Amino acid sequence: MPALGLAVGQTIGGFRLDECIHVGGMASLWRVSALEGGPARVMKIPLLRYGEDPAAIVSFEVEQMIMPRLTGIHVPQLISSGDFDLPYLVFELIAGHWLKSRLDDLPLPFAEVAAIGGKIATALHDLHRQHVIHLDIKPSNVMVRESGEAVLIDFGLSRHEELPDLMAEEFHVPIGTGAYISPEQLLYNRSDPRSDLFALGVLMYFLATGQRPFGDPVKVGGWRRRLYRDPIPPRLIRDDIPPWLQELILRCLEVDAKARHATAGQLAFDLQHPGAIVLTERAERRERSSLFTVATRYYLAARGRPQFVQTCSHQLARAPIVMAAVDLSNGAEPLAEGLRLTVRRILQTEQSARLACVNVLKLARVALDEFEDEHGRNRHLQRLAALKLWAHPLQLPAEAATYHVLESTDPAGAILDYARNNLVDHIIIGARGTSSLRRHLGSVSARVVAEAPCTVTVVRTARQAFLPEEAAS
Amino acid sequence: MRIALLSDIHANREAFAACLAHAESAGVDRYVFLGDYVGYGADPGWAIDTVKAYVERGAVAVLGNHDAAIGVPKRMSTSAEIALAWTRTRLDWSQREFLARLPLRIEEDERLYVHANAWAPDQWGYIFGSEEAGRSLRATTCRLSFCGHVHVPQLYHLTLSAKVGAFTPVAGKAIPLLLQRRWLAVLGSVGQPRDGVPAAAYAIFDTQRSDLLFLRVPYDIGAAAGKIRAAGLPSILSQRLELGY
Repeated sequence: MPALGLAVGQTIGGFRLDECIHVGGMASLWRVSALEGGPARVMKIPLLRYGEDPAAIVSFEVEQMIMPRLTGIHVPQLISSGDFDLPYLVFELIAGHWLKSRLDDLPLPFAEVAAIGGKIATALHDLHRQHVIHLDIKPSNVMVRESGEAVLIDFGLSRHEELPDLMAEEFHVPIGTGAYISPEQLLYNRSDPRSDLFALGVLMYFLATGQRPFGDPVKVGGWRRRLYRDPIPPRLIRDDIPPWLQELILRCLEVDAKARHATAGQLAFDLQHPGAIVLTERAERRERSSLFTVATRYYLAARGRPQFVQTCSHQLARAPIVMAAVDLSNGAEPLAEGLRLTVRRILQTEQSARLACVNVLKLARVALDEFEDEHGRNRHLQRLAALKLWAHPLQLPAEAATYHVLESTDPAGAILDYARNNLVDHIIIGARGTSSLRRHLGSVSARVVAEAPCTVTVVRTARQAFLPEEAAS
Repeated sequence: MRIALLSDIHANREAFAACLAHAESAGVDRYVFLGDYVGYGADPGWAIDTVKAYVERGAVAVLGNHDAAIGVPKRMSTSAEIALAWTRTRLDWSQREFLARLPLRIEEDERLYVHANAWAPDQWGYIFGSEEAGRSLRATTCRLSFCGHVHVPQLYHLTLSAKVGAFTPVAGKAIPLLLQRRWLAVLGSVGQPRDGVPAAAYAIFDTQRSDLLFLRVPYDIGAAAGKIRAAGLPSILSQRLELGY
């Protein structure tokens, strides 16, 4: 494949070009190998010829700025880069598949759509925590590693909140991909991480139905239609899509970012726990808005640009996933009450927080089968009811809390696994006592504190200091 | 090479010493002083002697408007004029001579060091925004300009279509000064910050990586402010150190 006079066998920056993988509108991608040996890599070489689209140059500069600052499994690892005379970026060659390659098989089974959506939401949350909003999420910019994680690629349109926004300074038009661009980007706001949730909603809609919710408009005027014209509900196109998935997709596609999930982490949480999603009118929607509603929205959308004040880290900080590990055993009531008080304090300051109330039903090491039977199911349901009873005085709106009874022989391990798998930001757990036996054997809370992937608050009862040691244990 | 860039020290010994110690521990190879060593603060002699000692060891320093006004008085705000009149009584001949011999601008490789701006360094016009930044960037062929004078850190650059981009830097986060672009960094003030953060401001430029790290260094504000009060200088000069404004 010819690309800019580059040829197989040519050497750039200590790498030999082995094969041209892709030639896009802004850059070409080559499989390369280092002259001194080592694994195959990918080199991205921008189209920087005179008279080329300046967007190609600026987007390459954006990647030059952002890529060295990103780490982790959800982005391609940067190996090397070249400067002005010889601009290029060298990345790891990702073993896995390109999400775009699944587009031939649309529509995909809904379970696969949810799984892919969950992987991308998890990757986005990791990205947002690094102060970066991608702003061009679409199937061609997502890869899936063989180990299962989504990898986000092509950061040419992205925004790093701690670096100058070269794109916004250069181009005074909305920048993005017509089918996926969010309403905020159309209104010149490039600082809201929830823009990536909108694009992910478009992607999930497309994967689930085979159709794009807003088509694939070429001109900005066509892009703006999404500000007032809502998409056809996905279940109208494919009636086997479950209501909860329609609920999530349509929530991602809300024009007002505030109506979407507060963070990608919260969306990932919902995709992992479909049974816990609170269904609204969106889930059962069978028709698009009336022409009168559309006309009203059109009028409002035409009235100018709202001002947004939002940054990536601010939005993430106000919307944590808080996990309350509640002990419901006999004698733990004062502690459960103290836990509730602490949870209340935290939720009061973080208005967009999600609370996951978790209780561990401890299994005996041998009798696993017991819980398959009627008795086991009953115990599980009883615990769930007790957990809801515990949370009831908090008076939380239904969508702000979820309830989970975990069954495990190892309560601390179960709590830690749950926190890792659900992007939990903050664990609140009670410490039952300070007896010498506990100190020697190690308590659940001590192990959670030691091994948790996030902040942990340990709660004690108010009167613990005044209780004799044995009574406190 | 890592270059420490320090501007607007303004006779604040505590802030200056804290920044120098910070730069030392950060492994800086070279020091650049961007002017205004005196004025406002209570330790003008120490500030000049320190800059002079660094210059003798290879550092470079340019002239600031307060430094120039020691020899040739110029109209300034009342508190600045009172401070300068007091400063003149505290400097010896060699310190005055050092200030009088400082150049207005220094070019080094692709870098321009100047106190106020590139278009008329001796007129002391401020770079308050993109318009002045563009004027300054167009007045030099250097890829990178470093200046001070405003006491509020800001980073400007010329975009591909010659528009001016402006960015308020985040302290402690290195910003790559991309080689394809031309950049103008307005350093914050070591000795009299005015962006609402009382901590001393300076920056480190890494020539290999071409990235610029704006930094803030806490220092003994009480001691510096106390000396200003003890010297009988206008109270606003000590108060604003505490406010950073």
